[in-house]
Amino acid sequence: MIAEIGQFVLILAFCVAISQPILLAAGLRARDPVFHSVARAGALAQFALIAAAFVCLTWLFAVSDFSVLVVAENSHTSKPFLYKLTGVWGNHEGSMLLWVLILTSYTAALALTAKQVAPRLITLTFAVQSAVTSAFIGFLLFTSNPFERLDFLPENGRDLNPLLQDPGLASHPPMLYAGYVGFSITFAFAVAALIEGRADARWARIVRPWALAAWSFLTFGIMLGASWAYYELGWGGWWAWDPVENASLLPWLAGTAFIHSLRVMEKRDTLKSWTILLAILAFSLSLAGTFLVRSGVLTSVHSFAVDPQRGVFILAILIAVIGGALTLYGLRAHTLKPTGVFSTISRESALLLNNLVLASACALVFFGTFYPLFITTVSDQTISIGAPFYNRTFNPMLAALLVLLPIGSMLAWKRGKLGPILRKLLPALLIALIAVALALWLSFTGSLAGAMGAGLALWIGVGVVLDITSRIKLAQIPFAASMARLRNLPLGIWGMFVSHLGVAMIVFAITGVSAWNQEERAFLQTGRDASSTLQIAGYDITLVEVRDLRRENYIGDEGVLELSRNGRVLETMTAERRFYPVRQMPTTESAIATRWWGDVYATIGPEVPGRGWPVHIYLYPFALLLWIGGGVASLGGVLSIADRGRRSLGTPRSGVSGLSKPAGKG
Amino acid sequence: MRWYSFLPLIGFVVMAIYFGLGLRQDPSSIPSQLIDEPFPIINLPALEGREFGLSNEDLQGHVSLVNVFGTWCAPCVVEHPMLMLIKRTEIVPIYGIDWRDQPGAGTEWLARRGDPYRLVGNDADGHAAIDLGVTGAPETFLLDREGRVRYHHIGIITQENWNETLLPMIRELQNS
Repeated sequence: MIAEIGQFVLILAFCVAISQPILLAAGLRARDPVFHSVARAGALAQFALIAAAFVCLTWLFAVSDFSVLVVAENSHTSKPFLYKLTGVWGNHEGSMLLWVLILTSYTAALALTAKQVAPRLITLTFAVQSAVTSAFIGFLLFTSNPFERLDFLPENGRDLNPLLQDPGLASHPPMLYAGYVGFSITFAFAVAALIEGRADARWARIVRPWALAAWSFLTFGIMLGASWAYYELGWGGWWAWDPVENASLLPWLAGTAFIHSLRVMEKRDTLKSWTILLAILAFSLSLAGTFLVRSGVLTSVHSFAVDPQRGVFILAILIAVIGGALTLYGLRAHTLKPTGVFSTISRESALLLNNLVLASACALVFFGTFYPLFITTVSDQTISIGAPFYNRTFNPMLAALLVLLPIGSMLAWKRGKLGPILRKLLPALLIALIAVALALWLSFTGSLAGAMGAGLALWIGVGVVLDITSRIKLAQIPFAASMARLRNLPLGIWGMFVSHLGVAMIVFAITGVSAWNQEERAFLQTGRDASSTLQIAGYDITLVEVRDLRRENYIGDEGVLELSRNGRVLETMTAERRFYPVRQMPTTESAIATRWWGDVYATIGPEVPGRGWPVHIYLYPFALLLWIGGGVASLGGVLSIADRGRRSLGTPRSGVSGLSKPAGKG
Repeated sequence: MRWYSFLPLIGFVVMAIYFGLGLRQDPSSIPSQLIDEPFPIINLPALEGREFGLSNEDLQGHVSLVNVFGTWCAPCVVEHPMLMLIKRTEIVPIYGIDWRDQPGAGTEWLARRGDPYRLVGNDADGHAAIDLGVTGAPETFLLDREGRVRYHHIGIITQENWNETLLPMIRELQNS
């Protein structure tokens, strides 16, 4: 019954979504303001219907209704309740439904917040958004129906991939999707601007919060994904340049370029067609990411079931959505005329440079991800592109961008002067150079790259602090006046500071984890003597005992490890080897002790008779900072959204465009 | 209209065509060219610090699995426990081809995770993988007693693949 209700509301949602673009186009042609209300009502209806369908599916998982195919395939009565719920999106059909739910949530959020935006633009945006939504609901209904029933009732389900039974998984896809899908709104705005033939500073102000929201979610989602890999895959790897990881990095790079170029458009009314193109690309790459994971063109840890029919459907959606938008772009881009001009040394030029580097980096990752596919398609040869390629190309490119970051963010709009800025940044340069020298002298692993990474991180971090002190004229004017200036700095500027600080933290953490890590391994006996102790960097790790584990959904061994220094026990941690009988699959759970300088990361292998338990210890300095940095960068985006000054600018002036009477009453 | 405004569209059309072609040859359903053909001539050196490599003679006289892997390959990490389980069953020996790895990486990886292979050949330049028509790691070939390829599995071997496809084929080949 519940499954049928879910199916029914999904069909209703499809009907609403597909009728919207037609209705709205007719309304715009007739210039009848009543259609603006139709757009808003339609947006809210789509959201309510999809939310109802999602609730139905969640219910089916919660009560373990195995007569429904996806539940039988992906759940099990012995699974903890929380993972039954996260199982809703741990499979292809459910995750697509979540994708559409987030898509309609954004549309509904736009309907609720954007009451005062130029109605014509907003109505067009709703039309585009609904067209995209209908394509994806269609995809669900026709190729991946989550409510499909089985002809028979299985006794129990077939579990969820145990590798995916982790709190990280529960939060990772929703965050990532919230990022991907958020770019649908900016995409819809871009297409609407192209149809109208108008994009100006006002457009940029309207779009910016949406771009920032998508970017913040995506940043956070990528960070969660990386931490999931770090904690769950068992060797501390957090980024492997896996195609699916790249698929999330591509829209992030385009989106990062986009939020920076939006700023130029807003301030200087220029870089318009480029910004519009980035809006289209950010969403196109998000879709390509979805396409990659689901079509089976590329396989990886993260892949769902392969089905060529789905691939064909998704390709059709891509052609319609991306091809349509880019055709429109080709036809209309020339109508977006810039009014601002560029001078060589200015904030806008620095941001243009930022955009060029980010776009090139994006192109590079795109090439690295798809070139192997291309080669296999046109010839019998195969090639693989992995970390060494990106280390040699992507890393230097990004490093160059980050070197310029503090300078660019201090430059003034229109006419900047380099001399004074470089003088102001001198302390940052000195601190960075001292850090490089110190790192080389301490010579963690004698790595020059590590020293450079630390220097770069401090250059950015101290650069942010100097940017703040220079903006509030600290030590130039009385302290109280400086504090007053500090309080009056707009939230948008704080957002920039915070995000850039997050970047500095991430750079430092990456340096620690990849250049200064150490590892040690040995076979250990259980006990408290020399044969049960492993030493690394002044720490002793003792395998005290190994216990049998029996849980509802798995069995396994649990190694109890004691971390001590100079005979004093600091921490007790447990490393597990689990076996999930339903899927016949073993997994490892690493033991991680977080000290102030980083992580002690331990895994335990299966016992080898006569030799003991293989224990592998890694030291990952500053690993925690990687997640904190990701969170901080993402928080910066959120702060910028909350900038009240910017929102109040969103109120319409009279006679903005198209229709004379705004539909919203607020 | 400006001609260069159409460049993104042209780029996309090219991509879409290749996506389409990529879809048409769905990787897990391509019948391998090698089915019922002799395994290509290989004579691979040993991994760093090991004595024996892998050549065709090793694959003669018994049913065997040949698994192409790489330490750089995340799915291989996922597949690895399954290979260890297969090894424990002692039903069929698994031979490994370490595809395009840094010197020493394969030895280290196997020492750390456990070695499911009877012998491992080092395919540092990737030529053997090209002869095998490998499209990405991991891939596994099932060979009969005469060293002919009887089945080509693309991607991770799951418990289901093993139970439903590989094991019955192996039993049949061993009993014939």
